[in-house]
Amino acid sequence: MQVTSPVREPLVTGGKTYKDITHDVSRQVEGKPSVSWLIGMAVALGVLLLGSIALVATLWEGIGMWGLNKTVGWAWDITNFVWWVGIGHAGTLISAVLLLFRQKWRTSINRAAEAMTIFAVICAAMFPVIHMGRPWLGAYWALPLPNTFGSLWVNFNSPLLWDVFAISTYFSVSLVFWYIGLIPDFATIRDRATGIRKSIYGALSMGWDGAAKTWMRYEAVSLILAGLATPLVLSVHTIVSFDFATSVIPGWHTTIFPPYFVAGAIFSGFAMVLTLMIITRHVFGLKDYITMGHIELMNIVIIITGSIVGIAYITEFFIAWYSGVEAEQYAFVNRMFGPYWWAYWSMMTCNVISPQLFWFKKIRTSIAATFILSIVVNIGMWFERFVIIVTSLHRDFLPSSWVMFYPTLSDVGIYLFTFGLFSTLFLLFAKFFPVINMAEVKSVLKSSSEPKVNNYNGKR
Amino acid sequence: MKENKKTYWKGLEQLTNDPEFVKNADREFPEAPTVSAEGGASRRDFLKMMGFSIAAASLAACEAPVRKAIPYVNKPVDVNPSVPNYYATTYSSGGDYASIVVKTREGRPIKVEGNKLSSITQGGVNAIVEASVLSLYDKQRLTGPMINGEATDWSTLDNAVSTALNRANNIKIVTNTIISPSTESVLEDLANAVGGADIITYDPVSTFGILQASESFYGFSGLPTYRFDRANVIVSFGADFLGTWISPIEFAKHYSKGRKISTENPNMSRHFQFESNMSLTGANADYRTPIKASQSGLAILALYNLLARRGGGTPVQATTVEIPNLERAADELWAARGRSLVVSGSNDPNVQVVVNAINDLLGNTGETVDFSRPSYFRKGNDVQMNQFVSDLAAGRVGGVIFYNCNPVYDHLRGAEIAEALPNVGISVATNETLNETASLVQYVAPDHHYLESWNDFNPKAGEYSLAQPTITPLFNTRQAQDSFLVWSGSATNYYEYLQTSWRNTLFGGQTDVTDFTEFWDRTLYNGVYSVAGNGSIVELSGMGNVGQAAAEINRNYTADSTNVELVVYQKVGIGTGVHANNPWLQEMPDPVTKATWDNYLTVSQRWAADNNYRMFEGDAKMARITVNGKSFLLPVVVQPGQANGTVGIAVGYGRTKAGRVADGIGINAYELLDNSRGFTNFEVLTGVTVEMTSDSYKVARTQTHETYMRREFVIQEATLGEYRENPAAGRYFPEIYSEGEFVKPSKISLWNGHKYSQHHWGMAIDMNSCIGCGACTVACQVENNVAVVGKEEVLNRREMAWIRIDRYYSSDQSAESYKELEVASDNPEVVFQPMLCQHCNNAPCESVCPVIATSHNSEGLSQMTYNRCIGTRYCANNCPYKVRRFNWFKYHDNKDFAAVNVAQNSDLGKMVLNPDVTVRARGVMEKCSMCVQRIQAGKLAAKRENRKVIDGEIDMACAVACPTDAIVFGDMNDTNSQITKMLKIQDSISATKEVNEERAYHVLEEINVSPNIWYFTKIRNKDKNEA
Repeated sequence: MQVTSPVREPLVTGGKTYKDITHDVSRQVEGKPSVSWLIGMAVALGVLLLGSIALVATLWEGIGMWGLNKTVGWAWDITNFVWWVGIGHAGTLISAVLLLFRQKWRTSINRAAEAMTIFAVICAAMFPVIHMGRPWLGAYWALPLPNTFGSLWVNFNSPLLWDVFAISTYFSVSLVFWYIGLIPDFATIRDRATGIRKSIYGALSMGWDGAAKTWMRYEAVSLILAGLATPLVLSVHTIVSFDFATSVIPGWHTTIFPPYFVAGAIFSGFAMVLTLMIITRHVFGLKDYITMGHIELMNIVIIITGSIVGIAYITEFFIAWYSGVEAEQYAFVNRMFGPYWWAYWSMMTCNVISPQLFWFKKIRTSIAATFILSIVVNIGMWFERFVIIVTSLHRDFLPSSWVMFYPTLSDVGIYLFTFGLFSTLFLLFAKFFPVINMAEVKSVLKSSSEPKVNNYNGKR
Repeated sequence: MKENKKTYWKGLEQLTNDPEFVKNADREFPEAPTVSAEGGASRRDFLKMMGFSIAAASLAACEAPVRKAIPYVNKPVDVNPSVPNYYATTYSSGGDYASIVVKTREGRPIKVEGNKLSSITQGGVNAIVEASVLSLYDKQRLTGPMINGEATDWSTLDNAVSTALNRANNIKIVTNTIISPSTESVLEDLANAVGGADIITYDPVSTFGILQASESFYGFSGLPTYRFDRANVIVSFGADFLGTWISPIEFAKHYSKGRKISTENPNMSRHFQFESNMSLTGANADYRTPIKASQSGLAILALYNLLARRGGGTPVQATTVEIPNLERAADELWAARGRSLVVSGSNDPNVQVVVNAINDLLGNTGETVDFSRPSYFRKGNDVQMNQFVSDLAAGRVGGVIFYNCNPVYDHLRGAEIAEALPNVGISVATNETLNETASLVQYVAPDHHYLESWNDFNPKAGEYSLAQPTITPLFNTRQAQDSFLVWSGSATNYYEYLQTSWRNTLFGGQTDVTDFTEFWDRTLYNGVYSVAGNGSIVELSGMGNVGQAAAEINRNYTADSTNVELVVYQKVGIGTGVHANNPWLQEMPDPVTKATWDNYLTVSQRWAADNNYRMFEGDAKMARITVNGKSFLLPVVVQPGQANGTVGIAVGYGRTKAGRVADGIGINAYELLDNSRGFTNFEVLTGVTVEMTSDSYKVARTQTHETYMRREFVIQEATLGEYRENPAAGRYFPEIYSEGEFVKPSKISLWNGHKYSQHHWGMAIDMNSCIGCGACTVACQVENNVAVVGKEEVLNRREMAWIRIDRYYSSDQSAESYKELEVASDNPEVVFQPMLCQHCNNAPCESVCPVIATSHNSEGLSQMTYNRCIGTRYCANNCPYKVRRFNWFKYHDNKDFAAVNVAQNSDLGKMVLNPDVTVRARGVMEKCSMCVQRIQAGKLAAKRENRKVIDGEIDMACAVACPTDAIVFGDMNDTNSQITKMLKIQDSISATKEVNEERAYHVLEEINVSPNIWYFTKIRNKDKNEA
């Protein structure tokens, strides 16, 4: 057991006992669905159904249902893809990287963050499939499967193929990591449950017996998976950025993309975690587990990553000017002052200016401000991808092909579909899975929430 | 196992390595089994055939899904499955003429190409001719004769028509220009048989002014032969001779000869254009001056006076008018006397008299403009036609026969004709479709499509050509000439008539061939026949009076009119509107505005600024245009180069009975024309008002950005003077810093490069020759089964063209910022750049495809494997030239596209498809394949004959169609090929060719994608780039 200084702020407030933790988390799973959950579920399913009209229309009629054209071959599809992948970064970062760095505050948020990651990656992975002209073939032709077409193989030069590997690896590792973490908590719920629920959670907990040896193995696996997942945090978005960076299109062909994309991904991921945690903590009454301390720390990460992203934006401009490449220079001026100026300035406002407000302690410790800004950041990050993809494509080398892109109802509908899917999955998770990692929270309860003697600053 | 070192020989021969043995060592039998070289079945063949027959018979016993594939019971001698046949024939519609070769597959005509043997069109075609093959398979065509709208049979119709014609008095036969001598004589026979009917010839877009002027000036009514190839200085007043005027294919071919330059021959013609609308010809001019239509007559008069002064002649009285560049034009014309040419598109006989006088003054008559060797492309008589309409309206006409003309639509008094027609005793039409006129007559005797017909043509004095059927008639139609013969009581049919007439005239007039059949077959094979002789064919008499014409001009034109003036023009693709129902033509972007599927009002940039009007992408507003009481709503397109104070509207739209494709698009501009001065005037100088409304409208344009942003990596251009000093003038040589020095981009590459050991296909495109006419785009569409997507999808920027023509305007010289560069100057210089897949050696599209659906072949082609494509569109995004096209929807067999994509949606339409090219499925990417099917066919032909491919035998559809030979395709590994010579390639082995031609450049050289297509700099024959 680590030694923790008693002067540290407690990670769990409200003088909770081990039993309280078990009870506070498990009662969500055991109780009847609350009205607010039912309403949320109804809304989520409604959005999902509405969006699925657009999805079915696209699959039935063709990609022509979207606003794409001869010059802009990707727009909302890949914007949404990158946006969701970016959001999916926070979970692994929190659970894996922070685990390796022994950041104990992560324990109460990592479960939900990982769940969010998995659902976000599911939403993201949908786009590369449905954006294909012939997904019924592409879904498996894009995999390096042995086949009877002769020596027909995938193109290992193509960044899209790298994407397939990156996303699928990331998804599998995250899923396994998340599930391993769930096992002890499933066992806790199993032990409290009766009847059919006992059998279900029993099966889910895979015969967890809580023996010391089991715990030891559990800890070891967690560390190994954390070690595996950590490079993935960097690699996934690096590879996603290669889709653009390896191309020849001005505004895409940029070596700064990998770090810039990773920072942006963490930025948006943390913002999304904040959005969801603030809602969950409020609805499920988990204020003592997800404390202001958590929120403040996450806001600090947002300031840092937001600033990195801001510097990246400025660097791109500098390089465009410094390169002396005419098309490149035009691409960046066009971002700022061209027909899509509003997208660019929305991005700048939301991503670079708004997070700077977190320098003020008052703002970064305000639930309302954090909630609003976390949404603003994700709006900004959506615009960032839109700006990169659409404004670069719509005016590239030959002015004869310059066009505008206008989204259609199907574009919007499919984006809504992913929201519906994400919310549905998250609500199901929140209801039926323990949203806070009880086992890990219990491990930090004592060490850091010892009543403090001679409190130096007179509080408490 | 123990190693066995024993060697067994087949015999001593092997031991001694006898050469005879070694040669046959691999064979089962030392001597080849005897196979009869002369065909015939050997024992082995018999066994093979028997085996095959048994297999075939047993397979046939199984039930195989057969879908409408009907085998020949008796195979025709010269129809072999998958082997195309070519027939020389002639395209003619009204007076439009092209000698062509038609490619047929399994008996279906599928492609039209120019006939290189023709001295007139010289192998060139234009978009309308290319597209004409689709109209053969048009569902709108009539399938049989009709009486009063009811289907009937031919004998009933013939009886009824003959009886009615014999009963009727005062019969008129109305036709467009006929350039077929036999048809003319058939019509005369008919006219005589029915008691002296009048034959009235009119042209929708008439050149009556030239005919009248030549009549009054030279005493002979006819069009001259214009020789743009012989003219060093060309001055055109509103004549769109490259696009629509009289014989554009011939003129473009000639014109391009004066525009081709090289270091050996650094000379080119200088072209001045004075016009109101921005025409295709104006876009190609070196000096283009926008003038108001009300000044056009005075400008010509002023030119006459300028020249008269130089020649010491007497200037005529003329209202003074300030026209920029006119003085310079006069100087240069004078300097190039006898080697210059002045033409005018005006239909005003007085103006044409002055034009004749100018050409006379310059000594051009007989050199570049030759009335003594007339051409017969236009014979329409506006006065006669006007009289006919008046007679018809007054009930003085007893019967009327419309021979393949549609005056209800395309005559300015069409409405009167429509009103009077029901009151005529007998009315007959021979139109192929139930168009505006045919739908109002009692008897419709539908003519064959021209590809189903026999005919002869005499487009020019001494020049003849034949037309032959390339398919048996699809419907129960009958050639109009046959109908005329029947109605005139003749027992012969037109084919015999034709032969008889040729036997009597042309065969009789020559001595080379003694057998008529041989003479006929040879002419039919060649398609064309020229009568020898160079001298004057028509005697000209007298000299016209310029003074009188000048007085008329002074009266009718003003130097300072403030009226809004309307100039009605033809579009390159739609022409007079006869072929408006052809979706290939509707979707072909107008070469200048790049608009498809629409009719609009063109206005000047100044006018737009004054009215606070701006187009963004396809968003336009409607304007209300009122012309002498007739009022219409039309979308407004801002046209740089349009003379301020003038507006333009194209004819060919506003069809009501053309068919599904064309009906309801735009307005009928023929109705706006004016004939108050005795001729059909395409310039309406008074009574025009234009008013903006707030109604929105979308104009589907394939290109919405007008300028090239002064991007030297796209367009490289120079003036002739600069070129003479330095052949590399205007070139842009990008350099990239690498390891301490600046090097050519091609020196830095990630790739190892390809090896092209056999062929290396490449293309050179001369931007100086390219006039932007768009014939190549339609040719490509026909050849490669490119889908038509319709206006809505063009608005969504999803047209499928594999080759497009980028049209760029220049920005103002003073423009510096990006915003300023985006705006075209008021009278811009124009450059056309055909853009197609560049077949890059370092293709950015190929490396990003996740499934290798696009790859490079061993001959330099970037290929698409449609079957493998999963449609990620990454290749299209990464294509710097944006030439890849995605199948957003299923365009074939889809009722949503049936109305526009007729070639892929009905059994009839599908007959036009090229069976060698896959129709692409939904969700796959496509692009220019460099006509790989043609390359393959050419290589196989060479292989079959055991020889190398000869340069020129393989050619791409676009290159073949090009009337100016701007596109040259060939094997860059072949040291003797035209392309190798043009590009001056020395090292012909490596994949990245070093090109020594100074004008040749790669678009986007700096990103080193290493295209196999070179562009030649645009050279303008002017002192400096002024606009």
